[in-house]
Amino acid sequence: MYQAIVFLPLIGAIVAGLISLVGAHARHPGGSPSTQGSHQGSHDGQAHAGVTAGHDAGHGDAHAAVEPAGGSRAAELVTTVLLFIAMILSWIAFVSVGFGQDTRVPIVSWIAVGDLRIDWALRVDTLTAVMLVVVTTISAFVHLYSIGYMEEDPYRPRFFAYLSLFTFAMLALVTSDNLVQLFFGWEGVGLMSYLLIGFWFHKPEANAAAIKAFIVNRVGDFGFALGIFAVFMLTGAVDFTTVFAQAPSLTGKTIHFLAWDVDALTLICLLLFMGAMGKSAQFLLHTWLPDAMEGPTPVSALIHAATMVTAGVFMVARLSPLFELAPVAQTFVVIIGATTALFAATVGLVQNDIKRIVAYSTCSQLGYMFVAMGVGAYSVGMFHLFTHAFFKALLFLGSGSVILAMHHEQDIWKMGALKDKIPFTYATMVIGTLALTGFPLTAGYFSKDAIIEASFATTSPAMIYAFACTVAAAALTSFYSWRLIFVTFHGHPHDRSHYDHAHESPMVMLVPLAFLAAGSILAGYPFKDLFAGEDIAAFFRGSLRFAEGNQIIEEMHHVPAWVAVAPTVMMALGFLVAWQFYIRKPHLPGELARQQEPLYLFLLNKWYFDELYEVLLVRPTLWLGRLLWKGGDGWLIDGFGPDGVSARVLDVTRNVVRLQTGYLYHYAFAMLIGVAALITWFIVRSGGAG
Amino acid sequence: MTITLGHYLTVAAILFTLGIFGIFLNRKNVIVILMSIELILLAVNINLVAFSTFLGDLIGQIFALLVLTVAAAEAAIGLAILVVYFRNRKSIAVEDVNLMKG
Repeated sequence: MYQAIVFLPLIGAIVAGLISLVGAHARHPGGSPSTQGSHQGSHDGQAHAGVTAGHDAGHGDAHAAVEPAGGSRAAELVTTVLLFIAMILSWIAFVSVGFGQDTRVPIVSWIAVGDLRIDWALRVDTLTAVMLVVVTTISAFVHLYSIGYMEEDPYRPRFFAYLSLFTFAMLALVTSDNLVQLFFGWEGVGLMSYLLIGFWFHKPEANAAAIKAFIVNRVGDFGFALGIFAVFMLTGAVDFTTVFAQAPSLTGKTIHFLAWDVDALTLICLLLFMGAMGKSAQFLLHTWLPDAMEGPTPVSALIHAATMVTAGVFMVARLSPLFELAPVAQTFVVIIGATTALFAATVGLVQNDIKRIVAYSTCSQLGYMFVAMGVGAYSVGMFHLFTHAFFKALLFLGSGSVILAMHHEQDIWKMGALKDKIPFTYATMVIGTLALTGFPLTAGYFSKDAIIEASFATTSPAMIYAFACTVAAAALTSFYSWRLIFVTFHGHPHDRSHYDHAHESPMVMLVPLAFLAAGSILAGYPFKDLFAGEDIAAFFRGSLRFAEGNQIIEEMHHVPAWVAVAPTVMMALGFLVAWQFYIRKPHLPGELARQQEPLYLFLLNKWYFDELYEVLLVRPTLWLGRLLWKGGDGWLIDGFGPDGVSARVLDVTRNVVRLQTGYLYHYAFAMLIGVAALITWFIVRSGGAG
Repeated sequence: MTITLGHYLTVAAILFTLGIFGIFLNRKNVIVILMSIELILLAVNINLVAFSTFLGDLIGQIFALLVLTVAAAEAAIGLAILVVYFRNRKSIAVEDVNLMKG
């Protein structure tokens, strides 16, 4: 069953990929375009193309001219159905593992070099089961939604192949039994993220965003890889069971590097966390996530909100036995998480692109999860990951529905009053926002409150900072989320022509919205005790390890009443301010922005991080690259290497060529001199010898 | 005065030298070069026959006949090349025959 969960998406991806290849071949059939029509006509995709041909070309100036590939419908159906099967199996696995036994399914011996033995195995414990449920559920609904959202796109088989392949990589990541397999999944999701951000490859911004995401992630992966090497160096193994068993014996060990002696566990955890920072878009390595919104909206929902960006959180939870032994690294995690939560929330306040607001919100919520990880409340962080997946996927898919209704307009100031036009989307978006802001009894309420309580109850040195940041971020979250709702759906329409043509999305998109909305409400209460209550030990068993004396789960239930109420008060406060700003007195925000212009610009430009990196990193790198290219390669290596040698050879031959006069008597003279020299040589030699 | 081997060799050496200089000092005509080659071969022949008589070995004279045959063939081919060359380039002046100039 577990093999089926992991490999069904792979099968789907292969099928869709083959269809995509056949389609590409049909589009350019080796120089004989006459076969194109007949080949496509044999597939059911042809009829489908005819229906949508007259429809708005939407996001495709280049796309409009391209015929959809044959078999598109088949690719959609195969991948979606396989994903739904995987989803059902995952829920069965969730119940059987969560309330039963952990399992380990060996698949194949992968690498065996010297002492290094790596098996490809599926490690299915509760932590994995939770991730399986999240990944397959969100992925299945996103597949379904994409059938509607990508309807006008001619490259749908490729899109669905990528989506399914991404799901496979993510499942390989969460079921990994060792660090190398984890790294495989890690890089796999990174690659698919790159391909999907750049899916609309004719858009230069999409390509730039894809490259940016890939490169920023490389920075994190560099640390992650070093962390894996360090683990192998110290323990001689990379599989989790061995590493975790040896972890306690590593405390106090140091790694000697240059002139420093660094605490081994702290170093390992910091390096591994660097990978998590890249993948989960934490402060300093967050810059790629907002740009990643250039990809199609279902991709943003699946990868850049619900699943891939939580890989870092999952990794820290999976490695909890290591992090529990490295308090310095844990404090670092808390500080980074809290900073990200607050930072992303402040930037989210002033953004105007509907998807970017939700993207910064994602960034901020990931910060919350890391705060929970850092204070040692791993299950609470997983709880927020679990609930967040539902309502953030919902918010993204809802945004996608709005964007489709507005004919690919993403600026919220060109929307307005849409609640009458697309009531269903409006309702689901409100549910998602309630869950995100932590409205009582929604999913987000339980998980977010638990994190804030945990950040108060912790004994971590960064406790005050973490608590202040998370509470403040809660207010800001509420403000920008309601701002999004109010500006998009209330008030009066800002763009008449788009408003008049706005239409509700097709049923195939509304069904996932409905299910995710239900999940956003229901994913909280039934799971409260499992993730943040008395049942943690029985539910998670060995998959999360709490150090001796880690009483955080116990203590977070005994925080003062005002702490427990604080997030709700902040949520209400944020809502009221947003209501005041965007419903009652819509002129206020503009006045405030003018009054506090430096602050406004600072936030609007995302704390000038892109500009800072441009000056600090990008330009010096380009300069160095150009130096090495022009100076190092062009001048030094080519100049003294191949080019230099060939130039000297040419010089020599140019002189040698002058010897060839072409006059007969010169050649004859040379021959004579040669003969004379030879004869002299023989005479002298025989004279000497005789 | 009796004519000894030394005299024959002297004549042959003079002829040989004449032939060599004929090749180098000639600036006019390729035919002169052919003639100079004939002179060199003649010098060789004189040597061969002289030594054959002096040593009482007939092989030298047979070899001289072989050289004569080769010289005849060489003259025929050389002249034929010259005729064709003249047809193509309208000149057989030595100064003009430098197609192999680099």
